[in-house]
Amino acid sequence: MTSDSWPLWEVFVRSRRGLSHTHAGSLHAPDAEMALRNARDLYTRRSEGVSIWVVPSTAITASSPDEKDPFFEPAADKPYRHPTFYEIPEGVKHL
Amino acid sequence: MTGTTDTRAAAAALALGDDALVLSHRLGEWAGSAPVLEEEVALANIALDLLGQARVLLSLVGDEDELAYLREERAFRNSQLVEQPNGDFAHTIARQLYFSTYQRLLYGQLASGDGPFAGLAAKAVKEVAYHQDHAEHWTLRLGDGTAESHQRMQRACDALWRYTGELFQPVDGLDLDLPGLETAWLDSVTAVLGRATLTVPSGPRTGAWSAGAGRQGLHTESFGRMLAEMQHLHRSHPGATW
Repeated sequence: MTSDSWPLWEVFVRSRRGLSHTHAGSLHAPDAEMALRNARDLYTRRSEGVSIWVVPSTAITASSPDEKDPFFEPAADKPYRHPTFYEIPEGVKHL
Repeated sequence: MTGTTDTRAAAAALALGDDALVLSHRLGEWAGSAPVLEEEVALANIALDLLGQARVLLSLVGDEDELAYLREERAFRNSQLVEQPNGDFAHTIARQLYFSTYQRLLYGQLASGDGPFAGLAAKAVKEVAYHQDHAEHWTLRLGDGTAESHQRMQRACDALWRYTGELFQPVDGLDLDLPGLETAWLDSVTAVLGRATLTVPSGPRTGAWSAGAGRQGLHTESFGRMLAEMQHLHRSHPGATW
């Protein structure tokens, strides 16, 4: 029995209510139930979370580094998409 | 310690504390050699929970380091179940299933009472609930897994069965509903073994052919070797720190 024969799972942890789940890392486990338990032991030992998702790594479709330019480059020269032209009223501190 | 109440409470703290300390050390022996990294962390987490319980309990009795490192074998009051060697992974899981089921029920009773351990038990019962959950999930997967894992899990459950009767012997200083504890334990373990397609062992758990007497200071052969390893550093270098 080696971890090579166990599927890989991606772990997402929500650190507190109101925030979204954030990718925390990955681990090996024989099934989803055990993946949840392993995730609890590996990623929430110091009270980091209130909720955990585990997703089979094979279920994730990722953008390819080769496609980086067509994917992301076009957004770089469109400054009008960034809300930088607004005057921020005085007294607004947390914007 | 003054008066019989304190003496009885100390005796009970020693029994519960030694259970936690010894099992913690046994689980710690998996560090570096667990089947997979994820499981090594899980076992270490459980060991650390138990060590935390042991420290609180032994501190009620005296100096925790002296009690852990300088007592002779006969002075330990842990049940014989927790000192049994790790064996293969199935043995470790069977030991954990039997013990954490007992410990959860025991702490549940103590937490709902008004004795000296109610506060500790209320906190520890949440930790132990996870230990039990972990052991149950592994029992299901090993029992209902491959032909080899099923056979090994059955062998482990059978081998450790004779040590489970001792858990329901009276502990000096604890007022427990022992028949209730034992019935609930049997129901819980029977249900898990059934779901795992394992056979509930048929051997005796009490009487001449069962094991026991750890609470009276009588321990099994492998316990001496475990203690030697656990204590040798402190005995060789008294007061060593790092």
